[in-house]
Amino acid sequence: MKKTYPIEVDCANCANLMEEAARKTPGVASATVNFMTLKMIVEFEEGQEPKQVMKAVLKACKKVEPDCEIEF
Amino acid sequence: MKKKQKKMLVRIILAAFMLIALNFIPVTGLLRMLLYLAAYLIIGYDILQKAGKGILNGRMFDENFLMAIATVGAIALAVYEKSGDYNEAIAVMLFYQIGELFQSYAVGKSRKNISALMDIRPDYANVERDGILEQVDPDEVAIGSIIVVQPGEKVPIDGIITEGTSSLNTSALTGESLPREAMPGDEIISGCINMTGVLKIQTTKEFGESTVSKILQLVEESSSRKSKSENFISKFARVYTPAVCGAALLLAVVPPLFHLIAGSPAGWAGWIYRALIFLVISCPCALVISIPLSFFAGIGGASKEGILIKGSNYMETLSKTKIVVFDKTGTLTQGVFEVNGVHHNSMEESKLLEYAALAECASSHPISKSLQKAYGKDIDRSRVTDIEEISGHGLTANVDGHQVAAGNTRLMERLGIPYVECHSVGTIIHLAIDSTYAGHIVISDIEKPNAREAIAALKKAGVEKTVMLTGDTGRVAEKTAAELGVDEVHSELLPADKVTEVEKLLKQKPAKSRLAFVGDGINDAPVLSRADIGIAMGAMGSDAAIEAADVVLMDDDPVKIAKGIKISRKCLAIVYQNIVFALVIKFACLGLGALGIANMWFAIFADVGVMVIAVLNAIRALRVHNL
Repeated sequence: MKKTYPIEVDCANCANLMEEAARKTPGVASATVNFMTLKMIVEFEEGQEPKQVMKAVLKACKKVEPDCEIEF
Repeated sequence: MKKKQKKMLVRIILAAFMLIALNFIPVTGLLRMLLYLAAYLIIGYDILQKAGKGILNGRMFDENFLMAIATVGAIALAVYEKSGDYNEAIAVMLFYQIGELFQSYAVGKSRKNISALMDIRPDYANVERDGILEQVDPDEVAIGSIIVVQPGEKVPIDGIITEGTSSLNTSALTGESLPREAMPGDEIISGCINMTGVLKIQTTKEFGESTVSKILQLVEESSSRKSKSENFISKFARVYTPAVCGAALLLAVVPPLFHLIAGSPAGWAGWIYRALIFLVISCPCALVISIPLSFFAGIGGASKEGILIKGSNYMETLSKTKIVVFDKTGTLTQGVFEVNGVHHNSMEESKLLEYAALAECASSHPISKSLQKAYGKDIDRSRVTDIEEISGHGLTANVDGHQVAAGNTRLMERLGIPYVECHSVGTIIHLAIDSTYAGHIVISDIEKPNAREAIAALKKAGVEKTVMLTGDTGRVAEKTAAELGVDEVHSELLPADKVTEVEKLLKQKPAKSRLAFVGDGINDAPVLSRADIGIAMGAMGSDAAIEAADVVLMDDDPVKIAKGIKISRKCLAIVYQNIVFALVIKFACLGLGALGIANMWFAIFADVGVMVIAVLNAIRALRVHNL
């Protein structure tokens, strides 16, 4: 399953860091952050509950960029 | 300006005001120090916080850490020396924050610029229920439903017009500013804006499969593939920041120890000050911020022009393109064929055409369509049986009980039927009925009006070789190539041969140049993925091409290929300019800082000044309209 979330982040590099962090989160099959459109596209692994996974993603992202925000 | 930016602006103004005022108000002692400290915290508390969190999360050595160490160090030094000069520490934070704010503001501005033009996502679809228009989520509209699009609205789902005429604005999809006329029976793609009349559309796809969804997906996911430059910068930053921190530490400790050993005063304060300057200068934000930004801006600017680049690595490859290989049909020619003549026919022309059209009735190939068009009457499919396609040759079928073979000379040879060579230029369909030669039909493709211009533009953009691949006969291919100015032609290729040809070309080319393959997405997905970079033209509607290609041109204008290459060159030029500029200034200032020539103000320029200039330069990658 693939879902798109609006995000808030200030610099292009931070967006790349968020992408990296999201990809490493368990339950995430693949993740892409588009800095220009401020979107995060997450593909979840089979049988994962998106809400739960996104909580972990947000936590991981906050670690690399405390200023970021993901709406889910 | 966003709320966050406004808050930052207030903090900057407040801190700047306090800093200036404190230099004139005659307060002394502890109170003075506390006031300065307050100004420092107002401007820098979040940096300190982030640096602290970074250390806790094992992400030391980022720019927040550098800034925190440098400014805290400067304050500590001022306290230790009792100089009372806290200005520099606050100024470093102040300008750093101004730089960051500027960056975020500039990015926000250019983002608005792009998203306004890429804002093709329809929010609703109008469905008529019991005579009343109802707005529903486009996702909920089933295939075959009738939707209503009013003037000024976006077409939400692909379909066919059943009622109404209008002009459509397709600029968001194709970059083409001329409106397109639409009539009942026309196919209509989502993402266009209906300008004049009310249209009723029968949908042919679900929203998720419609053009607009496909394009949005492509644009939004474009950043997942990183370029070498970006990987270089992130690796560089990982090594560089700890390295400069180490160097700064050495600078603070080693020379004073040498002085001590040599018996002279150590001069700790002076060397620590130099080390702090060193830290401020070395902050890598100009690079880490501007390089990804350049790619984002370049991809954004290109999509505004109807050129979708799937990732920054493709941007990089595209800029190195020296060989462009075309699949002729649909890229340089319109792929619209017309019957030009019927020769050597043993029966009436119309009868021959009728047999040909009937035999080809099951094929959607442009050539078959042109035969059906030339026949002009409705085709009764029940008259045709036993259709057998022989790839690269033609087909055989049973029409009204007669065995009909229609195809090229190879088919005739294969069947052992003597045929008459044709002297006209075009695609020749030979026909044999009941194993007797019955004549041939000449069909020619129409060149695109700007194909010549497109080849010339490629040459001008620095492409060294253009190659045309086609299944057509040698004569047609060579004539077209000569007219258009293409360097090399390979003709009479079967679809599979095209992959082989491209592989041959890939082997021959110099190591550093890249090969691009341009196709219209019909039958060439394997070649698109085999080439260094695959460019699909007029991809709206062809899902396979969107999947297989690395660059997708939304309309079928071949001039866009040269434009895409120019955009990528500009973007990469900006990336290299920024890398070189930032590194040269930084290393020069680092040298001066270590020698004690550069002071803190110098360092602020090397950090914030360079960052602002690099960001401004990166945003230039957005402006590609007039390339």
